[in-house]
Amino acid sequence: MLMGLSGSGKSTLLRCLNRLIEPSDGHILIDGDDIATMDDKELRETRRKKLSMVFQGFALLPHRTVIDNVAFGLEIQGVSKEERYAKAEEAIAKVGLKGYESSKTSQLSGGMQQRVGLARALATDPDVLLMDEAFSALDPLIRSEMQDELLALQDKMKKTIVFVSHDLDEALKLGDRIAIMKDGIIAQIGTAEEILTDPADDYVSEFVAGVDRTKILTAENVMKRPEPVVSINSGLKVALQLMKKHGISSIFVVDPEKTVKGILFIDDAVAAVKDKKTIQDVLVTDILSVKPDVPIKEIIPVMSDSSSPLAVINENNKLIGVIVRGSILGALAITEDDQNDLT
Amino acid sequence: MILPDLPIGETVESGVYWLNDKFGFLMDIFSNIIDILISSFKDALLFLPPFAFIIVATILIYLISRKNIKLAIGSAFGLLLIDSMGLWTLSMETIALVLSSALVALLIAIPTGIIAAKNETIFHIVKPILDFMQTMPSFVYLIPAVIFFGLGNVPGLVATIVFAMPPAIRLTNLGIRQVPVELEEVATAFGTTSIQKLFKVELPVALPTIMAGVNQCIMLSLSMVVIAAMIGARGLGYQVLVGIQRVNIGQGFEAGLGIVIIAIILDRLTQSLTPKK
Repeated sequence: MLMGLSGSGKSTLLRCLNRLIEPSDGHILIDGDDIATMDDKELRETRRKKLSMVFQGFALLPHRTVIDNVAFGLEIQGVSKEERYAKAEEAIAKVGLKGYESSKTSQLSGGMQQRVGLARALATDPDVLLMDEAFSALDPLIRSEMQDELLALQDKMKKTIVFVSHDLDEALKLGDRIAIMKDGIIAQIGTAEEILTDPADDYVSEFVAGVDRTKILTAENVMKRPEPVVSINSGLKVALQLMKKHGISSIFVVDPEKTVKGILFIDDAVAAVKDKKTIQDVLVTDILSVKPDVPIKEIIPVMSDSSSPLAVINENNKLIGVIVRGSILGALAITEDDQNDLT
Repeated sequence: MILPDLPIGETVESGVYWLNDKFGFLMDIFSNIIDILISSFKDALLFLPPFAFIIVATILIYLISRKNIKLAIGSAFGLLLIDSMGLWTLSMETIALVLSSALVALLIAIPTGIIAAKNETIFHIVKPILDFMQTMPSFVYLIPAVIFFGLGNVPGLVATIVFAMPPAIRLTNLGIRQVPVELEEVATAFGTTSIQKLFKVELPVALPTIMAGVNQCIMLSLSMVVIAAMIGARGLGYQVLVGIQRVNIGQGFEAGLGIVIIAIILDRLTQSLTPKK
């Protein structure tokens, strides 16, 4: 994901990758071959087989029908009509345009036109997809829909996609790794969390200042280490002592495999000691838990309804972290401070 | 102050004679080719008797113009009118001249336009030549044409070709240059050779503009073919010329009307060939 304001060189960088713009220096390696030093013939082969591109203005050929647009790349490769139509139909189905094969492209809406553009890029089954502001010309609702579909497609295809965007929300939503560009230089490259929580310089932090962090930061980012916990086999006095020592009013109870069994509140524990009960007797098993990749936007309403801490558990039901109200507020407050420092 | 009397006229004249002297044999070959072209068109057009021709032509026009019934019926009436004025053979001769000259002009003009669009140097050479060709009064072309090819259909046709070529070159050049950058990028990004790019992207996208050039070329051919009657080209133009010389209003008007009918049919037909943008 290449990100930056207009004029920052992101489209230029993208066009260097398939040499629509000649790079003046450096190497572009794909499967170990350097695109930058290829002769015309090798470059043509690479463009045909390994790279394809989706354009901001869709760039469909106006004299061709949908299927002939999608089959364009294969036609250039000299694939027979039957075979290329079969593959084109597959690609058209992938982007959800089945039934529009023989339509004229000018009859389609913007969103549908870009689906054709995407299908055209997918039809040649390239290794790398270059997308130049592919969704920027679409209105917001359609854009978000296309983003979701691209994510769903990518889930199945697992291709390398280089996506240029000036829309930070889009970058954060789609990008596994985001490069923020300024004046032709990459200011920072990293995951969404890395860029939000640890901006490399003032430019990057200013750039990401307006982002809704609750959408980006996940349970994993704000959770504390699950300490202390108490084993289900321990006595109540051990549990009470741990809570007193750490100044907390509740504690998670786990079994030897670190699977959460429940939560123990201090008041219940004190009462239970008097009645000579065990941990199992006063354990609250109905606990709140989330997976580590849930964004905190979804956690906040859960937490505001309950005073108990939230357990973060992985797919094997093991306790990997704890979220208390303070941890979320802290994560958001730090970033607020950063913004105040800038202004 | 007395300015020197530059011998421009004399120089051009001696140049033309020199060319004729040295390359006369080439001109003869060219002349024969043109002659064959014209007479083939003429023979083809006069192969059928008028009524059969009109029926076939009407059906063809209907099909070529993508079922434009008005154009087909209008053309049928126009052709019937020409026949009823007794101008059938002369009209077919004029059409043969127009088709021959437009064909040769386009065969030269479209490739030239494409090359000029691709190469700035060639464009800068071609552009002033085109300006010159278009502003020079068309009658002036008749003089060297006569010297090279004598009197008759061939010099008339050569002058017509020179006159009708410029707009087709210009519009082809313009059409190719107007192909959006993103579409050029699409072609390149998908790995086209330059020939594939030309035939699969540039020419189809530029087609509406190029067709406007073809239309212009045919219309200019028709107007020049009439003027070329002055150096012996046959057809309706000759009829108009005779009408002028004898101050025969009726004859001149009938021939003029025939030209108008042919012009309208050719214009509408080539326009309907142009794909809608």
